[in-house]
Amino acid sequence: MTVKELSAALSLTEFSLPAPEAEVTGGYAGDLLSWVMGRARAGDCWITIMSNQNVAAVAVMADVACILLSEGVKPDEALLTKARQQGINLLGSGKGTFELAHDVGEKMKRQE
Amino acid sequence: METIKLNYPVEGGDLIGAGEASSKMKMALKKLDLPPETIRRASICMYEGEINMVIHANGGRAEVEIAMDHIIIRMIDTGPGIPDVAQAMEEGFSTAGEIARDLGFGAGMGLPNMRRYSDEMDIQTTVGMGTTVTMKINI
Repeated sequence: MTVKELSAALSLTEFSLPAPEAEVTGGYAGDLLSWVMGRARAGDCWITIMSNQNVAAVAVMADVACILLSEGVKPDEALLTKARQQGINLLGSGKGTFELAHDVGEKMKRQE
Repeated sequence: METIKLNYPVEGGDLIGAGEASSKMKMALKKLDLPPETIRRASICMYEGEINMVIHANGGRAEVEIAMDHIIIRMIDTGPGIPDVAQAMEEGFSTAGEIARDLGFGAGMGLPNMRRYSDEMDIQTTVGMGTTVTMKINI
């Protein structure tokens, strides 16, 4: 499923969507950045509440398909700018991390 | 292919903007059309090294060598050194301060990640003199 399809299916907020056709092949939820780099896989939808610009750098290094801010968290200005500059998909939702991870997993399962 | 040598300075003190050297290296590796997973592993190794340098050593520099079948990344700083390397290599051990932790760093996974994503890793460190971490990533 593409990031655009996931966004539409879960009515996500699209803060930055420069690569809507990127394939989401899995998911990871976490806020400790090195933990994310150690565990997330390329193509993951990364769910986090961290919203500073280091999140953009981690997303680039780890090759995730998108960053998904949960709990209604909004990106700070620097993260938003960096996401747009570096071609990073940055989405948001008012749902909690647990619920959101469940929903992403459900949508991906239906695609199989 | 001749070995390509790249050098990147790593500014100290700016944890918010850290990652510039790693981003530049990643772009250089992409231009060489290397396998995506190799680029990903090298990028994470270098980014973790860069973050460590900014948090602990007030910056330093990175030397990158790209050969036919491997990439060498050397992270060189003149910071305080690592008193106990075995302890520093343990997952979850960190001496990072509150500011780093508030930004999502300091999980004690930096060096373990560098080991995880490299094929070979060597740490040369002297307390009060600095640290050089060398990582080899096979292509």
